Order: sequence, then C-alpha cells, then structure tokens
Amino acid sequence: MSTREARAGWLFVLPWVIGFLLLTAGPMLYSLFLSFTHYDLLKPARFTGLTNYREILRDGRAATALWNTVFFTLLHVPLQIVLALGLASLLRRAGRSAGFFRTVLFLPTMTPPVALAALFLLLLNGQNGAVNAMLGWFGFTGPQWTTDPAWIKPGLVLMSLWTIGSTAVLYLAALTRVPGERYEAARLDGASAFRQFWHVTLPGISGTVYFTLIVNTIASLQVFTEAYTMFFGARPSSPAEGDAALFYVIYLFQEAFGSLRMGYASALAWVLFLVIAAITALQVRLSRDYVHYEDRA
Amino acid sequence: MTRWPITLLVVLLVAGCGGLGPSAADQPNTLVTMGFGLPDEHATARVAVFKQRRPDVDLRINEGVFDEQQFLSSVAAGDPPDLVYADRRKLGGYAARGAVQDLGPCLRSRQVDLGQYREAAVRQVTYRGTVYGVPDFFTVRVLILNNPVLREAGVDPAALLAGDWKALAEAAAALARVQDGRVQRIGFDPRMPEFVALWAKANGADLLGDEPHLDDPRVVEAVRFAADLVRAQGGWASFKAFRDTFDSFGANNEFVSGQLAAMVMDSWYVNTLAANSPDVDVTVAPFTDRRGDPLTEAGGQAWAVPKGARHPELACEFIATMTAADTWVTAAEARRDALAKKGKPYSGTFTANRAADERIFNEVFDPRGIRVLQQGVEVVRSVQDEAFALPPNPAASDLVRSWESAVTRVLFGRQTPEESMAQAQREADRAIVRVGGR
Repeated sequence: MSTREARAGWLFVLPWVIGFLLLTAGPMLYSLFLSFTHYDLLKPARFTGLTNYREILRDGRAATALWNTVFFTLLHVPLQIVLALGLASLLRRAGRSAGFFRTVLFLPTMTPPVALAALFLLLLNGQNGAVNAMLGWFGFTGPQWTTDPAWIKPGLVLMSLWTIGSTAVLYLAALTRVPGERYEAARLDGASAFRQFWHVTLPGISGTVYFTLIVNTIASLQVFTEAYTMFFGARPSSPAEGDAALFYVIYLFQEAFGSLRMGYASALAWVLFLVIAAITALQVRLSRDYVHYEDRA
Repeated sequence: MTRWPITLLVVLLVAGCGGLGPSAADQPNTLVTMGFGLPDEHATARVAVFKQRRPDVDLRINEGVFDEQQFLSSVAAGDPPDLVYADRRKLGGYAARGAVQDLGPCLRSRQVDLGQYREAAVRQVTYRGTVYGVPDFFTVRVLILNNPVLREAGVDPAALLAGDWKALAEAAAALARVQDGRVQRIGFDPRMPEFVALWAKANGADLLGDEPHLDDPRVVEAVRFAADLVRAQGGWASFKAFRDTFDSFGANNEFVSGQLAAMVMDSWYVNTLAANSPDVDVTVAPFTDRRGDPLTEAGGQAWAVPKGARHPELACEFIATMTAADTWVTAAEARRDALAKKGKPYSGTFTANRAADERIFNEVFDPRGIRVLQQGVEVVRSVQDEAFALPPNPAASDLVRSWESAVTRVLFGRQTPEESMAQAQREADRAIVRVGGR
C-alpha cells in the first residue's frame, strides 16, 4: 500500500476514530475516573479511592439487581435460542409461504420497546389479562405476572420472547446454508431425525448459534427499557412491586440520576463491564470446542 | 486531491462545534423555562399576561415534564435555564443541595407577600429559613366514598370518616369482594406505599422532621394497619393487579363501575371525576387522624431560579407575575370560558395563593349543578389550611425510596413492619450521611 493510499484510508476512518475517542473511549475513561470519586453533579468530584467498589460488595440492592439480571439472562437466552431455532426449522418447511411467515415473525421486532411494555402490562395483568384468560381455557389459574414478585421475572422473559423473530431469521439463513448432501448421507446411514439435527444441523449452524448466544447474553445483562417502563415509569425510585424487576442497569440509573451518586454508578457500570467481559471470554473459550466453521474445516 | 476531504472535514467539525458558542439563554431579554408546559388556559392565559406586560422578552418555554437528569446536568454544566418548574417535594431537595437560588431578595424587591401563600406550600420550598421557590398549584389528600356501594353493603360512612381504624378495617372487609383469590371490589384503598407519611401523621408521627423517624413505633403501627387492610382485601399482588385495571381517567372509572368503595386520594381526582363522569354519586370527605381531626398532606409545583441562571431578575419578574392573584383570576376566567364553550363546568383552580383562591371560588367557579364539584370543592377548600408537608431534605429521593420500599416489603409480607422500617431507618441514616446532611 502506498503512503498516499494509507493516508486516504486514515482520512476515511478519521470521522469514526474521532467519534470513538470523543464519544466512547473518552466518556469510558472519565467514568473510570469517576468510579474512584464521590460526585453528585453539583459539587466537584472528590477522590475516594476504592470506597465505591468496596461498597458494592456490601450493597444488598446491588446484589439483588445482579441476581435478577443473571436470573433473567439464564431464562431468556436459552429459551430465545431454542424457540427461535424451532421457529426457523418450521419456516424452512413453509415452502412458498415462507416469505409471508418470515415477515410476520419479524414484525414484532419493529415494535418500540416502550409500546411493547405498555402492551404487555395489559396482556399480563393477573386479573383480566389475555395471557391468564388463555391459560384459563385449559383449566389453569394464571399467576399475578405483574404484581407477584415470584412471577415478575418469568413474565418479563415471556415478554422478551416477543422479539424472537430477529434471532429466528438469522437461524433460518444459517439452516439454508447447511449442505443437503450431509442430510442425505446421514439418512443413508440410518440416522433418526434427532440424530440428523444433533450431528448435522447443530454443527452446521453452530457459528450462528454462538453469535446469537453472545449477543443475546450481553443484551440480557443490560436489560433496561421494557422493565423500567413497566415497573418504574410511575414511581422511578420504588415501584409498588418491590425489587423483583430491579435489574442491574436500572439500579445503576437510579443511583446516578435518582440519588445523584455518579461515582458509585460509574463503579457499578465498570463492575458490569467486567462481568460481561468475563462471561464473553468464557463463551469464546468454550466456542473453540463446540463451534464449527466451514471455512476453517 | 487530499485537500478537499481535509477541507470538508474541517468544515464539518467546525459546524459540529457550533453548539459550543453562546447558547439561547445568553441572549439579553431571553427567558428560558424548564418543566413547564402549555396544556390549558391555566398556563397559556398566565403566560399571555406576562407577554402583555413584557412584549420585549423572548420567552422560550421548553415544553415537557420536568426531567431531573436534564435539569441537574444543565446546572452542573453551567448552562441552566432561567426558570425551573417542578414538584415542590423535589425542589426542596435541590434547595438543600444548592442547585437553586435564594429568592428572598427577588420576592422582597417585587413586594411578593408570602403571607398570602399557604403555609405548607411555603414550608416545602424553605430550607434553613431561606425561600428557594414560589408555590404554584396546591393539592391536598381527601377521602372519596362511593355512595351506592356503601349503601348496598349497609356500611355507615361514619365508620370510614372518624379515624377509628378498627371500624375502618371492619368496613373495608365488608365492602371488599374477593372470590377464589380474585379481587372483584376494593373496599378501602389506603394508597400505600405513597401515602405512608399521611398514615403515620394520622397516628401522631412525623415520618420526617429534621431527621427521619421511620422506625418510630407509631409509624410501624400505621404501616402494619395499612398492610393488614390490604391483606384482608385479597393481598397486595391481587389488590394491585386489580387496581391496575381501573379506567381512572375514563367515563367508566372505578367509582362508576363499582370496582372501588372508598379511597384516600389527591384532590385533583375530584376534578377528574367531575369532568369524566359528572353524574357519579360519591361523597368527598376529609381524611382524619385517629382523634377524628381533619388531616391532609400538601402537594403541588413551584417555580425556582437555578444556580447560574443568566437572567435571575427577569425570572423573578416572571414568577411574580405568574403567581399573582390577578394573574390566577385571569387564567381561571379563561379556563372557565373555554370549558363553557364545550358545555362543561369549571371545577375551580386550587392554587397555593390563598388570595387567588378566594377570588376564583367566589367570582369564577362554575360547577353547573354538578354535585361532586359543589360538595367536593367545599371539602377540599376546608382542609387546605390544615395541610402538613414534609420538610426539604438533601437526601429526599433516597429517603422516599427507603420508606416506600420498606412499606412494599411489608405489603408483600416479606418482612414484619418492625424489621422493615428499622431497615429503612438505617438506609435513610446512611443516605443523609452520604450527602453530607449531618
């Protein structure tokens, strides 16, 4: 590459580099600095060393928020993957009408999160919501999804599956790329449908499954909008449902903009960053054994 | 060849940095507000009065509800609006944190008589003897009773009115309808956890004085009473889920549909009921303490001038104009006339300015024979001067979170009232120490 080409290349990426430094790296470093201070927006930041990090270890609400977030992630991510894969498999068999169903499946993803939350507050209402009405048809008495602390997180997981379409569309694309001759060979060897799925389909789409696993895990650990709208919109500091929907980022937001503890909130943000980084690193490590890429075969 | 992209980049960067120049608030004779909207004549007519007096002022009303984050960030960045309009409970906390200015000199120079204003409202914007805001609207909390439901159940309204908690609990149980674990009617809604200060006061305790008293035995007793009341009506999860189904702002609201027998509520709901269901058969009554004396809690908004505002003098003039009795009366007349054109009654305007209210309800009030207004407004006015208010505190947000979370834990039965309120007291103490309030 000539110097002139290199210069032109740098020039093209310069707006992104400037944006990254000013809007991402800069604020990140500033928040790292703030995490070692006491700062309430109105008075200058005061250096407090590791006090904020030590406080997180003793903070019961931080622990509750972290547990709620992990619980949601552990339920949401596997369910999202399994159900999206099931839907993608069905779509693959849809024949000519596949395009229509693909669109129908993807449409809910376009719903704004705030509208989605308002809609599900009605659907999940334990007294006269549609979800419990449907359970009633089969003789079940539905729980109080939106007010019983034991059912609030499962209710939120149920709502989160509304946007399953985007993951299903990715799986559909991956499924169509699995070579047909592999299934043919498996059938000739007498493999059952389950064994075909386990030994042909899953390895064939493992790269996509791995991608959705990482992306959905990170998104779940940062869940905010829907839960905040449903349970914190009317009373941001203490919803009538208690701490059952207090997710980590909601707690961070409360500490920053409710209690004006910017230093503590910054420390919370860095702890979350480290948790996500650790989980992602673990997933990357495991992927070496379980993810199969065609081009690296 | 490479000059053009570089020139373009420089132009883009310079254009992008346009925001670093002088802001709108720097212009002379410009007044920028935050947290104030123009939803009806109460706002538009008062703004028109100011514009008429000061046509030279470029008034920029940043419509939308008050956003705490936006406000504090603007103060921290040294680019605040000239005026802020917010809930008085929040403004008190900002005063305590030094985010808003002392309005004493401004009010004296404009000869604003704070003696005209309701005492509870002024207390909410006064911190350590200094006034930081001027109260605007004024709400109180009253009982609303559903007459047909009470009659049908044979419940004597006196049982709900006398401050006799044993009688109230029995009446609530008699009025409530719970079948197979599903709530079909709420007998009495104590509006917990948000009204905990009112229930504590009814039991003789101040939730917050100079210090929080969250673990005061009288507070604990009040929390236990309210939680028992809810438990007897289906339990908090079912109770709350049922309450969430109310069409509170519609014609088929909870009183019309018979889903609710009685509740304690903010006074603005009387106006809402009258507007949406003028024929609703309810009785508005004062909330009482356990001795049977009327008791209510004050709420509403106030105007304040943020620290670092560019035009404090102009802001002061605006506040004085907006809250003057004459301006309120002009707004009330405009509101009444606008509603009359639609064939609707004018339910009055509850302001923090006693002189304004006197004139509005004597000269402008137009209930058009609607019973809930005629009876309800009289009750609301009778208790306004009895109102108490929680004092400003720099850790106000944390304190509210502590006590409301504590009450919620008790409502769910996860902690006893003693344990929960003791935990809330510890959290509140820590919050006050953290903000340097001790």
